[in-house]
Amino acid sequence: MRRSNAKALPHAALATIALLVLLRGQGTRAEDDGPVLKSRTFSSGYRFVEMSGEELYVNVCRGCHMGDALGATGAGAYPSLASDRNLEASGYAVDLVVNGRRGMPSFADMMSDDQIAAVVNYLRTHFGNNYQDAVTPADVHGARR
Amino acid sequence: MPDEPLTVRRRDLLSLIGAMAGSAAMYHAMTALGFASESRYQGPIRLQGDPKGASVLILGAGLAGMTAALELRKAGYKVQVLEFNDRAGGRNWSLRGGDSFVELGGFKQTCKFDDGLYLNPGPWRIPYHHRALLDYCKRFNVALEPFIQLNHNAYLHASRAFGGVPQRIRWVKADFQGQVSELLAKVTSQGKLDEVVSKQDQDILLQALRSWGALDRDYRYRASLISSEYRGYAEAPGGGLTAMPLPSDPVGLSDILKSQLWRYLHNFANYNFQTTMFQPVGGMDMIGKAFVKEVGDLIRYNARVTEILQDDRGVTVTYVDAKNPKSPLQARADWCVCTIPLSILSQLKVNAGAAMKAAIDAVPYAGSVKIGLQFRRRFWEEDDAIYGGISYTDLPIRQIGYPNSGYNRTGPGVLLGAYLFDGANTYEFTAMPPDERVARAVEFGAMIHPQYKSEFENGIAVAWHRVPFTLGCSGDWSDDARTQHYRNLCEIDGRIVLAGEHASALPAWQEGAILSSLDAITRLHERVVKT
Repeated sequence: MRRSNAKALPHAALATIALLVLLRGQGTRAEDDGPVLKSRTFSSGYRFVEMSGEELYVNVCRGCHMGDALGATGAGAYPSLASDRNLEASGYAVDLVVNGRRGMPSFADMMSDDQIAAVVNYLRTHFGNNYQDAVTPADVHGARR
Repeated sequence: MPDEPLTVRRRDLLSLIGAMAGSAAMYHAMTALGFASESRYQGPIRLQGDPKGASVLILGAGLAGMTAALELRKAGYKVQVLEFNDRAGGRNWSLRGGDSFVELGGFKQTCKFDDGLYLNPGPWRIPYHHRALLDYCKRFNVALEPFIQLNHNAYLHASRAFGGVPQRIRWVKADFQGQVSELLAKVTSQGKLDEVVSKQDQDILLQALRSWGALDRDYRYRASLISSEYRGYAEAPGGGLTAMPLPSDPVGLSDILKSQLWRYLHNFANYNFQTTMFQPVGGMDMIGKAFVKEVGDLIRYNARVTEILQDDRGVTVTYVDAKNPKSPLQARADWCVCTIPLSILSQLKVNAGAAMKAAIDAVPYAGSVKIGLQFRRRFWEEDDAIYGGISYTDLPIRQIGYPNSGYNRTGPGVLLGAYLFDGANTYEFTAMPPDERVARAVEFGAMIHPQYKSEFENGIAVAWHRVPFTLGCSGDWSDDARTQHYRNLCEIDGRIVLAGEHASALPAWQEGAILSSLDAITRLHERVVKT
């Protein structure tokens, strides 16, 4: 219900705001936080407005898989995506982003075919991954259930 | 009404029972007869029958785990509890000055709030119909105070409407209701409802719309002292020579529609958010701490579970102590109540049957972000006359929650500066370092309360996908997954039963955790007593 309400929000305008000078350093920045964009994009509805693979990784995937894509471990773990042999099969990464797996949510309703292709291609060519067979939006479309 | 004679007879019976046996008996009779059905809670659990020394290992010392520990020990079981954190309570949690929190990725925050101020990063409000949770609060003497869900003087804010100026909830509510009433009165008077509403009812409907919508004698909603009694005045009634009020100007219906401010009104109608709501005095974790007084001696802290293996006679759980992670330890019992969130349980080695395992794997975990901000004065009260409640906005912070205690005091106060649940902004805020989350919350909040800029002191931000003990806020069941897997998740599998908000129809609510636990241990106890 929360989700359908959120989906009803119409315009997805873009709010890009220069990165603030961080206030008073009340947090300790962890090591290897990875790329930080000079500006940050905020979506205004349920769906993401970020379009490039880098922007999507930094604004979405980084939340769990971290800036260096090494993942993190607590009571459970977020898997590392760095130098990840599982990413060799492009369909695997596409399927995970589209349909989710276990605790990982599906992004099928939050990202377009183009966006999912972009972030999968970014991931498969960064963080020690070098898979040059790019996925297409049509591949993503085919993975939607 | 066809069942009226029956109802009358039931009422007669109830008053007789009440007179003869007192109110407790009457309450149970009412429950049995189908009144008092606002909760599935049946009153304190009674586990009758001798478990004959059976032992239970409980995984997780959140509200579900501690409920099971309390009630099973009382019923005669040998109970031990393993908890990942160095504290009990789980998502029942409050952060105060001096507390520190390390999120996944290694970011450490230390809360700098003044004494007496806190943030509830997890649950923060209790509906009046969450009777199980309220009953435990009563049994443990946890003091409650009202949680203000609807404050008519808080704001609704649309960043691209009204020049970005926030609108009082009172204005939007009264003006929307009034102008919808005027429209309905108009079509009624034009005879357009003749086919669906009888002539007699139309007359009553017109009276009702006039009263409900603050319409004038011509069934119009406009700037007048009638509508101002609902939406407030341009000049409020006073005393002496300045006594006479002046009416205020309504916000036009078209402006309300186009601004989308109407979409927040459901927050004041939804069953889960209806008055009366409560919060524990001093922080939500007062509930968890009260449970610890009862069962704290059973809990082993800093225990990270890695494996849950059952055989014909019992369950062996392997875990590591956070301080000595190289030497795995084991605990064994006849039965296991597992309250570990599915986001984590799905990663552990568990030899449950295929149906339960598929269910464990079927539930993604929602994200949520809460940010607490301390300001050097309670400007929302002093300048804006907002005492408690919530402002809603389409800015990425989504909500500003005002403290529902300590009203009218001088000195600092803590706002909930952002509350995001699900949706794109939740991920975007989660992906930021905590200090940037706080900075962004201040930046966005200043668009509603410009005082932020001069009054901000410090803040702390919790993004639930980065919380090490849950990897998310709550189980995010899809309808399909629930149809296919929910029962399999809840059924006892050999010697293991699961409990927690994820095993309830009240996802993300503490009541769901407790009701799920009571249901699970009731079924477990039945099985134990039978064998």
